[in-house]
Amino acid sequence: MTNAIEIAGLVKTFGSIRALDELDLTVRTGEVHGFLGPNGSGKSTTIRVLLGLLRSNAGSVTLLGGDPWRDATALHRRLAYVPGDVNLWPQLTGGEVIDLLGRLRGGVDPGRRDKLIQKFELDPTKRSRAYSKGNRQKVALVAALASDAELLILDEPTSGLDPLMEELFRECVQEERSRGRTVLLSSHILSEVEALCDRVSIIRNGRTVETGSLTDLRHLTETSVDATLTGPVPDLAGLDLRDLDIEGGRVRCLVPTPALGDLLARLGAAGISSLVSQPPTLEQLFLRHYGDQA
Amino acid sequence: MNGWTLLLRMALRRDRLLIPSWVAVFVVVSFGSAAATESLYGDPVSLAAAGHAVNATPALVALYGPIYDVTALGAIGMMKMNAMGAALVGLLGLLLVIRHTRADEEVGRTELAASGAVGRHAALAAALGTAALTVVAVGGLSAGALAAAGLPLGGSLTLGAAWAVCGLVFTAVGGVAAQLATSARASRGIAVAALLAAYVLRAVGDTSGPAWLTWASPVGWSQQMRAYAGDRWWPAAFALLAAVAVAAAAVLVEQRRDLGAGVLADRAGPAHGGPTGPLSLAWRLHRLALAGWASGFALLGFLLGSIASSVPQFLEGAPAAAEMIRALGGTDRLIDAFLATELDFTALVAAAFAVSLIVRLAGEEAHGRAEEVLATPTGRIRWALAHLAVALLGSAVLIVLLGTAAGLARALDTGEVSQLLSVAGASLVRIPAAWTMAAVALLLYAASSRAAVYAWAALVGVVVLGEFGPLMRLPDWMQQLSPYRHIPALPGADLEVTPLVVLLAVTAALVAASAVLYRRRDIVTG
Repeated sequence: MTNAIEIAGLVKTFGSIRALDELDLTVRTGEVHGFLGPNGSGKSTTIRVLLGLLRSNAGSVTLLGGDPWRDATALHRRLAYVPGDVNLWPQLTGGEVIDLLGRLRGGVDPGRRDKLIQKFELDPTKRSRAYSKGNRQKVALVAALASDAELLILDEPTSGLDPLMEELFRECVQEERSRGRTVLLSSHILSEVEALCDRVSIIRNGRTVETGSLTDLRHLTETSVDATLTGPVPDLAGLDLRDLDIEGGRVRCLVPTPALGDLLARLGAAGISSLVSQPPTLEQLFLRHYGDQA
Repeated sequence: MNGWTLLLRMALRRDRLLIPSWVAVFVVVSFGSAAATESLYGDPVSLAAAGHAVNATPALVALYGPIYDVTALGAIGMMKMNAMGAALVGLLGLLLVIRHTRADEEVGRTELAASGAVGRHAALAAALGTAALTVVAVGGLSAGALAAAGLPLGGSLTLGAAWAVCGLVFTAVGGVAAQLATSARASRGIAVAALLAAYVLRAVGDTSGPAWLTWASPVGWSQQMRAYAGDRWWPAAFALLAAVAVAAAAVLVEQRRDLGAGVLADRAGPAHGGPTGPLSLAWRLHRLALAGWASGFALLGFLLGSIASSVPQFLEGAPAAAEMIRALGGTDRLIDAFLATELDFTALVAAAFAVSLIVRLAGEEAHGRAEEVLATPTGRIRWALAHLAVALLGSAVLIVLLGTAAGLARALDTGEVSQLLSVAGASLVRIPAAWTMAAVALLLYAASSRAAVYAWAALVGVVVLGEFGPLMRLPDWMQQLSPYRHIPALPGADLEVTPLVVLLAVTAALVAASAVLYRRRDIVTG
């Protein structure tokens, strides 16, 4: 099987609200897939459909080759899930919750569990009600990472973690990928997605607006160029530049990727004394889709 | 204290349905019992006989307190509402305070409010104010209802005041309990334990003595105001002083602790182990509650069993009441009829335990804990059935425990061991009715998470049908809707198996229908 998750034309409505509006998502087996979107765009709803908690109104959803609604229990043997807002049973300790979730998934590897608990500096003897949001998230993460699941579904797993723990989380995800596990990582932390993900899907208002590898997506956007010329500034018309700023011999602008070669050729002909060029960041990519929302 | 009036208004607004409903329950029950009193005890002779009979029955005195004036209609008619009513108003006060202090603090709402321009004690002051206003309203309006129903005005005002001051004391106790534990649940446990202790102190003081124990109990102070039997107001001063002192203690404790922390730190627990599956998880979540209910049921069963022997003597003076119990019980044997009625009623309370567990499923779903379990190979049906199993088992245990304790008391009283088996056995026939109510709750939850709370309405409906259906001469088909209507009136009646089998079949059908509905619907978090 080449795709762990295949969603096409998924529609989910709550009353009159169309939470998912013909959403598409493909996650290949063995990849770390970033699932990006602003709050309320439908990331968690998509994940809940994948977990068989919500029933889709239209579209096709295939999870690990099965139907997530019909084959829920069988499929859940092969995946582990970390919710975005982790809520634990207040009277159980963190260690008990980790063991419970492990047992429900069909067993825990005690060695791996203890190593993860130590790594994440979690006190497993504390009652869950005393944990902070970050610590509750660690409990769910340790339980998921200690499992043998072939697919990890992580819904904004680092939203409560401090930067050190976030770094640790990245290491863990990279380790999982090297073991051949598939990861669906919903997030709105762009640096995290940039560092971890092979491919990303960006959704907005319940609809997929971009999908592909980061390199693919960068082609869709603009490179920033800051050049100081030795000669006079050439004619730059017809290149579709944005934010063009000419100050003496210095040219700063954003150039669409297809026009990049042309721009450099013209600047080169004029003579370049220094050139700084930056590839588009995911942030720009993101803003391209959401910036006009306001 | 800055900003506390704002928080007070917010609390009152948040509870704008809850508080009036509670007040209404107290007012309606007061009016109902006061209005019924006159017809129960027709002449002064039967009145005095009933009063003496109560005072001669230690179990009744322990449960309700002594009657201070056996010639006063109000004192006898309101016997059950005196100490018991005061304790219930106290319960209302402490629950409200904890709802607006520790419960808010536990989920972080207090933190949000505290970051605004409000003083450190504003939340506590607003909660105490909300509860104080509520219990005073309960006392005042109930006094009005009692007087309106025909009881003497002076006594009615005393009883209302006795309720209110007891409510104020336990409002303050709730305020302290909220400082002690870090969870609302544990805080409620501490405050309710204090209330029970006060009630037991009074019960011991009134029966075996020493009598000063009654004066060590806030419930005792309310009772010593002797509504309808002398109307003494000075014991209220003890209550008011205690309420102020305890409330001040709550403020002092809050002064010394961090937000979110409690005086009693959470003990560390085991690093590993814990529940092994859905059933074991459900058991772990509910076992403490079950233990609390079970101890209450055992105690209540023993008390009811002890009272039973004196029922004929008690009712000699009140032919109308005897007639009524005979009619309701459907048998001449008064003690059996009494036990059958009490077993029916307590089985309804056991059903409330089962319903509370099923309603908690909706909470597990809303808070996302259901989602965490259902994302594992545990299916939703299995998860819900695990909770249902604990609900069914728990309610059955409560019913049998009460029957056994009542039977034990009867056996000790009469010296006949057969009483133990007879009463314990009689309790068994109530189990199918309680289970039917649990299944109704499950069906509502299975249809929609939000519908689960209507299980309480169904339960109240059954109580109304059972208590008032015969009196109000409701049409038979309507009364038949209550599963409790179909239970053979054991002990004393013939054991009919058919209705029990039918109830079990209905329960099974409801559970099956629940599974069908539950399989189709969305699991909704948040």
